[in-house]
Amino acid sequence: MASSSNLIDALFIFVLAGFIGFEVIRRVSPLLHTPLMSLTNALDAIAVVGAIVLVGEHKSTLAATLGFIAVVAATSNIVGGFLITDRMLKMFKSSRPAGKP
Amino acid sequence: MSGELAGNQVVIEVLYLIASVLFIFSLKWMSSPTSARHGIWAGEAGMLLAICGTLLRHGMQYQYIAIALVLGTIIGVPLGRVAMTAVPQRTALSHAFGALCVTLVGSAEFYLRSPDISPFMMSVLSLEVILGGLTFTGSLMAAGKLQEILPQRPLTYKGQNLVNFLLLGIAAVIAVYLVMHPDARSLFPFMILIALSFGVLLIIPIGGADMPTVISLLNGYAGLSAAAMGFVLDSKLLIIAGALDGSSGLILSIIMSKAMNRSFSNVLFGAFGQVQSSAAAGQEAKPVRSATPEEAAAILSAANKVVVVPGYGMAVAQAQHKVRELYDALSKRGVDVRFAIHPVAGRMPGHMNVLLAEADIPYDRLIEMEEINGDFPQTDVALVIGANDVTNPAARSDTTSPIYGMPILDVDKAHTVMVIKRSMNPGFAGIDNPLYYLDNNLMLFGDAKAFVGSIVRELSGGHG
Repeated sequence: MASSSNLIDALFIFVLAGFIGFEVIRRVSPLLHTPLMSLTNALDAIAVVGAIVLVGEHKSTLAATLGFIAVVAATSNIVGGFLITDRMLKMFKSSRPAGKP
Repeated sequence: MSGELAGNQVVIEVLYLIASVLFIFSLKWMSSPTSARHGIWAGEAGMLLAICGTLLRHGMQYQYIAIALVLGTIIGVPLGRVAMTAVPQRTALSHAFGALCVTLVGSAEFYLRSPDISPFMMSVLSLEVILGGLTFTGSLMAAGKLQEILPQRPLTYKGQNLVNFLLLGIAAVIAVYLVMHPDARSLFPFMILIALSFGVLLIIPIGGADMPTVISLLNGYAGLSAAAMGFVLDSKLLIIAGALDGSSGLILSIIMSKAMNRSFSNVLFGAFGQVQSSAAAGQEAKPVRSATPEEAAAILSAANKVVVVPGYGMAVAQAQHKVRELYDALSKRGVDVRFAIHPVAGRMPGHMNVLLAEADIPYDRLIEMEEINGDFPQTDVALVIGANDVTNPAARSDTTSPIYGMPILDVDKAHTVMVIKRSMNPGFAGIDNPLYYLDNNLMLFGDAKAFVGSIVRELSGGHG
């Protein structure tokens, strides 16, 4: 378990990452708001790492079972999220010739 | 970091650090359609590194992890292959899955650690499972409404907000009690149960037109709950990913509610549907002018500049491919055709852009509201397909209108406006649209897909 100084570190990271998120996402073109949402959904499924540890360490049957369902749910988000984002982005084509950003 | 980290612990942390950086780049590259696909690769690489890093931990049993990963993939692949019109409900469903994962992990951690949980940790853990729980059921409800398994109409009853606030209050009281007495294991399920019911009740009064805001808000909640999980697990990677997702959801919610001129609390607790039905009463039948596909085709082919305004109705009628044919036919005649995209057109942020891109319409023809509004006075024809409230001039002028103050597309300033609509029935929101009675407006009555198809036939027939 984390000590209190670790928690303060964690708060710093949270606040700074929030700022980065704000600045980066503010610049996302409104054209791409739907793929943005499906992409952040897939990235959010990084929660799978916590669930994998629960299943792998198998500290109790309850924890491992809950973790198992959690891994399934998160993995389906990772796979489905990246797949559909890729499909959407492939569809966005410009009328100008390619190669000119 | 202390120097006591084992060798592979350092490797794991470094992998997590690289994954965090890749996630940030992934979102950064989403700024433009030309670089966006790099963003996916960065995201996938980051995810792969993070999962591999986690598997490197000591003392792991792999067989169940492998089974769960395979099962998740089997569920995930079809969810990645749904039709583009089904993307809003798919997105809501994946918010639900994400929140489910967070809630389950939070619950497991509680039972593993209780009663040895510090007050700060217990507060974050409570936040994690309450946010996760309400996002889980709330997103399921939203998905159900979008898939039309559940009624899209807002359901309201007296004292609704009071009930909701009371429920949330009880959950908070239980959370506070658990912070002081983390050994009260039997109370924990009640807190989750209340969060789950709160999620259902929160979405019941929300109608289809508010879905873009609600989906964004649920996206933000899912991110925040994941960040809270990062605090519980002391995982910097999770905190960063959660903060990124949370800020994305928050920014989108702000954009959406601004585009509807409403506050979050108004969306969530406003019971919008009721206000509107009273405003719609008292309208009497006024004369409108209508036109046939032949007349519409003639007007369009005589135009120099045409702006198409798509809305949710276009998605429902699956008319986007016919719209593409219209775009081709008109472009071939030298007509300048552009598309005006209102931020809340459709059922989720950016919904119209995806549908039109799917129909192969180049994205540089899709213009945002602020950019195109100034061009309407120089536009010969504004063609509205399945959009209603976002073109309602009452939002500019009529202070008694429930949508007064909402930014709209100024289609009424075009020389001619043509609206494809099934009938004169007011749309989902039940607000009458004065646009339809203007002298420069022509109603094109019919199904969006069929009507656009007839116009295209006229256009190609005329030129052999």
